[in-house]
Amino acid sequence: MFIGSPAERWQGEQRVALTPDSAAHLQKLGYGCIIEAGAGQRAGFSDDAYRAAGVTVVDTAAALFERCDVVTKVRPPEPAEIERLSADKTLISFFYPAQNGALLEQARATGANVIAMDMVPRISRAQKMDALSSMANIAGYRAVIEAGNNFGRFFTGQITAAGKVPPARVLVIGAGVAGLAATGVAVSLGAKTYAFDVRPEVAEQIESMGAEFVYLDFDGGVQDGAATGGYAAPSSPEFRETQLEKFHELAPGIDIVITTALISGRDAPKLWLADMVAAMKPGSVVIDLAAERGGNCDLTVPEQRIVSDNGVIIIGYTDFPSRMAAQASTLYATNIRHMLADLTPGKDGAIVHNMEDDVIRGATVAFDGAVTWPPPPPKIAAIAAQMRQEKAKDPTPEERRARDAAAFRGQTRNQIGLLAVGTALLLIVGAVAPPAFMSHFIVFVLACFVGFQVIWNVSHSLHTPLMAVTNAVSGIVILGALLQIGSGNWLVVTLAAVSVLITTVNIVGGFLVTRRMLAMFQKS
Amino acid sequence: MTIGLISAACIAAGILFILSLGGLSGQECAKRAVWYGIAGMALAVAATVFGPDTGNRFIVLAMIAGGAVLGHLIAARVQMTEMPQLVAALHSFVGLAAVFIGFNAHIEAVYVAGLNEAERTALSGFAAILAHKAPVELVILKVEVFLGIFIGAATFTGSIVAFGKLAGKVDGKARKLPGGHVLNAGALLLSLLLLALYINGAGAWPLILMTCAAFFIGYHLIMGIGGADMPVVVSMLNSYSGWAAAAIGFTFGNDLLIVTGALVGSSGAILSYIMCKAMNRSFVSVILGGFGATTGPAMEIIGEQIAIDADGVAAALNDADSVVIVPGYGMAVAQAQQSVSELTRKLRAAGKTVRFAIHPVAGRLPGHMNVLLAEAKVPYDIVLEMDEINEDFHETDVVIVIGSNDIVNPAAQDDPNSPIAGMPVLEVWKAKQVFVSKRGQGTGYSGIENPLFYKDNTRMFYGDAKESVGRLLSRVA
Repeated sequence: MFIGSPAERWQGEQRVALTPDSAAHLQKLGYGCIIEAGAGQRAGFSDDAYRAAGVTVVDTAAALFERCDVVTKVRPPEPAEIERLSADKTLISFFYPAQNGALLEQARATGANVIAMDMVPRISRAQKMDALSSMANIAGYRAVIEAGNNFGRFFTGQITAAGKVPPARVLVIGAGVAGLAATGVAVSLGAKTYAFDVRPEVAEQIESMGAEFVYLDFDGGVQDGAATGGYAAPSSPEFRETQLEKFHELAPGIDIVITTALISGRDAPKLWLADMVAAMKPGSVVIDLAAERGGNCDLTVPEQRIVSDNGVIIIGYTDFPSRMAAQASTLYATNIRHMLADLTPGKDGAIVHNMEDDVIRGATVAFDGAVTWPPPPPKIAAIAAQMRQEKAKDPTPEERRARDAAAFRGQTRNQIGLLAVGTALLLIVGAVAPPAFMSHFIVFVLACFVGFQVIWNVSHSLHTPLMAVTNAVSGIVILGALLQIGSGNWLVVTLAAVSVLITTVNIVGGFLVTRRMLAMFQKS
Repeated sequence: MTIGLISAACIAAGILFILSLGGLSGQECAKRAVWYGIAGMALAVAATVFGPDTGNRFIVLAMIAGGAVLGHLIAARVQMTEMPQLVAALHSFVGLAAVFIGFNAHIEAVYVAGLNEAERTALSGFAAILAHKAPVELVILKVEVFLGIFIGAATFTGSIVAFGKLAGKVDGKARKLPGGHVLNAGALLLSLLLLALYINGAGAWPLILMTCAAFFIGYHLIMGIGGADMPVVVSMLNSYSGWAAAAIGFTFGNDLLIVTGALVGSSGAILSYIMCKAMNRSFVSVILGGFGATTGPAMEIIGEQIAIDADGVAAALNDADSVVIVPGYGMAVAQAQQSVSELTRKLRAAGKTVRFAIHPVAGRLPGHMNVLLAEAKVPYDIVLEMDEINEDFHETDVVIVIGSNDIVNPAAQDDPNSPIAGMPVLEVWKAKQVFVSKRGQGTGYSGIENPLFYKDNTRMFYGDAKESVGRLLSRVA
């Protein structure tokens, strides 16, 4: 079967759904790969690079659609592209079925199977094909770079001979994949970074990246992200009030705001209002990653960079991933390749569209001439319900001292108890046993004691040599046999002789094998 | 040689043995310590052979020569993976020798008792010692002989069964005759009864019958213990062989035997204790076999086991800065230590930190993994104990678990109902990524599901450990 990618038709789109690297992997799955001439040009992949990877380059999109069984794209298809589909073909691309109802209907009518990369369910097994996350990651990174490009100062604080430079203060609103990526980049550039999210459980993730989580004093119910598959849900009016109040308070001190707040299936919530922009210093930058859905900032104009009356730059680009086409194409093509690997369980170049599989079912929006969107809820919950665990309290110094003292007393009691019992036992034995026995018995008890003291210090890694050497040493019973072998009784002599033989094997074997083992322990 | 010289030699030998065991506290001084042991043994044997109490020196020298050759052959040929079997086999020799010596003592005692005063004074060697014993001492002697034979006999059959299990000649599963531990208890009671009869002068038959009972106890007790508990069993048998030697020492009134026996006995006892503690189980529950009863249903495991191929593991290794390898019995079974060592060398050459984490009960013998890794020339300073490395897992990029299961089971900490709850484990799941090399899906020795295999950061690398690691070798830069 053949997999192919046409050039993207969308104005300004630079990404491509097939890279030479992903083509190599797809060929391992048994597929032939086709690309439209010039499709990878703007992402930095020349036609020659594709040819070198064994990809057939065709001149027109029409020819490509003609020959391919599976068409992979980045942007949702244009109506003209859908017309080229037929019942035996599969289309894999972003589709946004909620917004593109007419397009979906048109695709269904052709009978082709359509897999929407934006519908891949959020479960751990499907992470490798989660294209939304890959793109969001890039968008978050690019947002900071774009902000830096428009911001007239350093990110990092410096003290130079020419004076002191304070660090830039960055606020990231919404700590999803894009928000976390932006936080990470801002922190590593040296900015003082704050991040906010309605889900309190992400505070840990934010702090782990070195940023500060903006806490709200709010008593009402907090959201548990687990209930909504890890995405944020709309918040209550009271909560929103508290949140805006906090932003008002922060606005004058913030140099760069990056907003990424989205709620699935809705317009972006307005979080950075016109008066907050007015409160910011001239030269500050607002990057609105939610611009495509109307923007989080009041002043955002999608696709445009505007400057407010007080000199704040507001950027509403919607094509951040496309602005990093090489990286975005690599990641997207890898997501696609993983999707195809799941669709090809036999690795024999034949698509098996298994509608029982949670991931494939979830992503399929049109199948066999029927619309299969929205999908039924997946069988596996995305994230395990939050386990609310009480953190063990760190003991105070007094408590610790009291505990140590108690432990010490306990140990003392134990030792004294053991000593008392031991002495009592010895006394009982001493009362009945003859003196000759007692003298040996004392030696025995002392030897046990020495043994305990000595063996505790043996290193764990030398336990096997220890066993081998004690084994050899226990061959000391040979002395018993030696003392008996001079007897006049032939049976005694025979048994003693056999004993000497086997204990010698034991002694020699034990010592030699210990030596062999110890010689192997080498320091690097 | 005079009695004084022999005593001096014995004292020297005793001190040398103590130094020899104490020297095992570090890898470097251990190399010297083993020579102390050899010197001590040579001194003790030479002093006894050339002392006044030993006759038939020709037989003695022939036997020692023969034994030395055999011992040398065994020590030179044994594979390091077979070390547990060898140790078990050698234990059985000590047990058997103790039985023989005990019977000899009985025969001599009977013979001496039949002599008159004049003949007694003419005796030499062991018989002379017997001749000078008072009646009370003779009773004590009988108890000592009886104990020596009992412990020796149990050690003998127990070690042979342990050897069979470790060598794979006997099925490793726990197996008991119908009646279970009641049979053992019965045999023990019978032995006590026979002891009473023997002290009251019933002759040789109680001794022989008791030997049979002890043989049975040794056999049946060890048959009832499963393969993964073998570290405890082997150290316990080690301990027994020491106590047997001490019992013989009492019989002869020989302090060197007593001291050495006590040293070995306490060493084995401490090893058993350490092993039990590492499994969070009491000594009794290990010896009685099987796991303690669970107190409730096990926690449900969410997720699925996700497989990965060699390319994926190699890619992760190439990206990682710090790698920890957790070997288990599976590595020994697959003989994968050489490949693992080669992998370690390659990764270290690439500038990565590679360390090994050893759980106290990994393998079938205390310290088993250390010896295998040392044989494969893994430097010992990167092989760490559980307590040394558990803190570091959260900073580790990649953990590779090779053939271990229960010792990396998070249920021991998370699930209070798990049969292994409370057992100290290696916290590998805190690392960024965990790869588990395993032959297939399935539970470990204890039959407990391992939630580690279902974690998001765990990938299963199925296949024979040696081949799996071998495939990694060609892919790691």
